Amino acid sequence: MRVTADAERCIGSGMCVLTAGEVFDQSEDDGTVIVLRPEPPEHSRDAVRRAAGNCPAAAITLSP
Amino acid sequence: MEHTVTTLPAARQPGCPFDPPAELIEVRRRSPISRYLFPDGHEGWLVTGYDLVRAILADSRFSSRKELMRHHPTIDYGDIEVPPAPPGEFLLMDEPQHSRYRKPLVGRFTVRRMRQLTERIEQVTAEHLDAMEKAGPPADLVTAFAKPIPAVIICELLGVPYEDRGRFQQQIDMFLGGEASDEELIAAYTATQEYLAELVAAKRANPTDDILSELTGGDLTDEELKGMALILLSAGFDTTANMIGLGAFALLRHPDQLAALRAEPALADGAVEELLRYLSVAKTFMRTALEDVELGGHTIKAGSTVLMSLNTANRDPERFPDPHRLDIRRQDGGHLAFSHGIHQCLGQQLARVELRVALPALFGRFPTLRLAVPAEEVALRPESADIHGVKSLPVTWDV
Repeated sequence: MRVTADAERCIGSGMCVLTAGEVFDQSEDDGTVIVLRPEPPEHSRDAVRRAAGNCPAAAITLSP
Repeated sequence: MEHTVTTLPAARQPGCPFDPPAELIEVRRRSPISRYLFPDGHEGWLVTGYDLVRAILADSRFSSRKELMRHHPTIDYGDIEVPPAPPGEFLLMDEPQHSRYRKPLVGRFTVRRMRQLTERIEQVTAEHLDAMEKAGPPADLVTAFAKPIPAVIICELLGVPYEDRGRFQQQIDMFLGGEASDEELIAAYTATQEYLAELVAAKRANPTDDILSELTGGDLTDEELKGMALILLSAGFDTTANMIGLGAFALLRHPDQLAALRAEPALADGAVEELLRYLSVAKTFMRTALEDVELGGHTIKAGSTVLMSLNTANRDPERFPDPHRLDIRRQDGGHLAFSHGIHQCLGQQLARVELRVALPALFGRFPTLRLAVPAEEVALRPESADIHGVKSLPVTWDV
């Protein structure tokens, strides 16, 4: 699994950090998404899928 | 077959203060989307199912612009012109205007920054519990606890002086309580505008360490800052306050869930999410179609007003099994209590921390906390209020 996020689309809701804090963070400057682990470990993938699905701005993309 | 709803079901069933009106649940059971005949004759839509509500909230073809919201859901104002949102009131704007105001705020409301407030929120919570304990039972939980905690915190974040809080609280109650007359609303609006003008001028003259002062350093005008401050203060004062009050009421009425929360403090985060879903205090949102949109087998014509019921969406059995059950162990996630799309609540992480701290602390401090009146006598806000809640919550405890 590979994770990318579009900081331009991001509205900084923090849903991804709340759902998968190991993989996502928010910028200290503008609160937008930062992907900490573009290739998330096995145990966090369900959470990453939920984070992508719950993102209010559809700013997270998952690829195989 | 299209079903037309002609009256927005408003009455909650007696004894069911937490459930959406039964007729509204019935509307959703029949179809997640119905025609809705607005009182002024506009033929719009009423969307009650989870998937469709979520889709509309995320779709930029549905506008939040104030000037397009010309059809009131329950009152016939006739053919009226609605002015655009005042500068800074970004909830009622689309992109790119919306981003001009939201973007500079986002960095101040991140998960990390809000979690850093935990200790301060615990302190404020403890002070209010101390005061309740000292005064002794009974107490109105709304005035003693639910309202002041979020108010103190948002005032500190924005840099609103402590002594101004009472003045502002009164205006907010007027705006959002759903019971004020037009004259009262206009007076409250004028007083608020005057207050915000003073506040912004004070921050420009003497910047302090707070969000409003920081914003004066950018290219935002005083009018814009007033609008932003209004949104932040009213959201900060009213929404979480109602969640704390109604949330405490809901837990008192579901002793099994309260016992589980007490026994396992680790359930608190899940309990907060479930209370947000179950209570959905922000009940109804509106959008206007900017172009013809195909949705759920219907064509929403450009210019149509769409009413969305977030509380029925959050009780949609296709998304949440056994939706009318309060279950703090639920793992479904994805509720729409903070809306969805670009307007999703800016302060949601603050609200989560406040609820996460306040509710367990309340039940921890008063193990025998209970209603001081029969549950049926607890006064609810009228359905005309934007945010659902209890007007007061008389409680007592053993000393």
